[in-house]
Amino acid sequence: MEKKAKAIISDPMVDNNPITKQILGICSALAVTVKMEQAVVMSLALTFVLVCSNVIISLLRKGIPRKIRIIVQLTVIASLVILIDQILKAYLYDISKQLSVFVGLIITNCIIMGRAEAFAMQNNYKDAMYDGLGNAMGYGSILIIVSTFRELLGSGTLFNYSIIPASIYLENGGWYVNNGLMLLAPGAFIILGLIIWVQRTYTHYIED
Amino acid sequence: MELLEHYLSLATKSIFIENILLAYFLGMCSFLAISKKIEASIGLGFAVIFVNGVTVPLNYLIKVFLLDEGALSWVGIPALATVDLSFLAFITFIATIAGMVQLVEMLLDKFSPALYNSLGIFLPLIAVNCSILGASLFMGERGYDFGESAVFGVSSGAGFALAIVSMAAIRFKLKYSNIPDGLKGLGITMILTGLLSMAYLSFSGINL
Repeated sequence: MEKKAKAIISDPMVDNNPITKQILGICSALAVTVKMEQAVVMSLALTFVLVCSNVIISLLRKGIPRKIRIIVQLTVIASLVILIDQILKAYLYDISKQLSVFVGLIITNCIIMGRAEAFAMQNNYKDAMYDGLGNAMGYGSILIIVSTFRELLGSGTLFNYSIIPASIYLENGGWYVNNGLMLLAPGAFIILGLIIWVQRTYTHYIED
Repeated sequence: MELLEHYLSLATKSIFIENILLAYFLGMCSFLAISKKIEASIGLGFAVIFVNGVTVPLNYLIKVFLLDEGALSWVGIPALATVDLSFLAFITFIATIAGMVQLVEMLLDKFSPALYNSLGIFLPLIAVNCSILGASLFMGERGYDFGESAVFGVSSGAGFALAIVSMAAIRFKLKYSNIPDGLKGLGITMILTGLLSMAYLSFSGINL
């Protein structure tokens, strides 16, 4: 049992990563990765929603009629998202303003629907909880890697602390300039593309 | 005349400058999955234009007459005049979208079987396409009025359609290129999307 739980958690971290392998939840992986702070808050919010929705849907799975399962799943997910949105607005107002519509869009984040449909509808609540945790961590790790590159190269900071010494910047007589493209959409797409390349070379997965 | 000009500039802005897919990353999942085939991309593009054009103004009406603070004053019961239901926005918007998609599907099936057959499989998928919920949430955040929401709904759908069709055309040509194994499929598509979004960025200097 212990072994199985470990496998369920660790599989989505590398081999079966929701973003790079299952192609789920890409929208938010790109949109909230300008700053690491946002990426961490978003990953925590998603972890909460994914674990809770997996557990609730798995507990309800015998009572959900097949025909209306999507709307039942959406209702469970939307209620959890409303909860997390209210919590963020109350305790982390600035970040919730920066994340703007993307907290709400956790509802349509395909990871949550995808895991509910593919895993929670068939498995008991314990396994569903582990699956939610594993996938949320796989998602969070990609978010944090992408945001590290984007924040470091785009603004020269990590968690808003300057990493690159101020003296080498062009305006202070040095030679260095931040790469503004990293803060814009194309930077996100290209960094994620390169990460997918690295991850797939490592796991020897070839798509045809 | 001035109003028409205003709508035209809003449409151009949401199709090219603030493309919902290439600048806000919404609808990436279906974009990546469907852009393998040109016919399917065109079908999905039109379905998104249609559903967005209907749901954004509809959600505007729901927001203004049901959810906003004091929106219920038209009922005439003094106790309801100060009720603020805006925290329910997520769940009502997603319910409207899911219900609307179901309704559109049934109407098309009855009155236009040809269109139904060409859009058929994409309609249910649209309920969980982030660009639909995203457009409704942006409408709320940017405070559009009814006319603006209708224009914004249609034109953000058109932006999505334009992006997915051009990507499908690029991927069609890509069949003949020699790509490193790990980059095949998702990886190269992400990088190409980055380049495409860079091209759209060149519109961003235009002030309308």
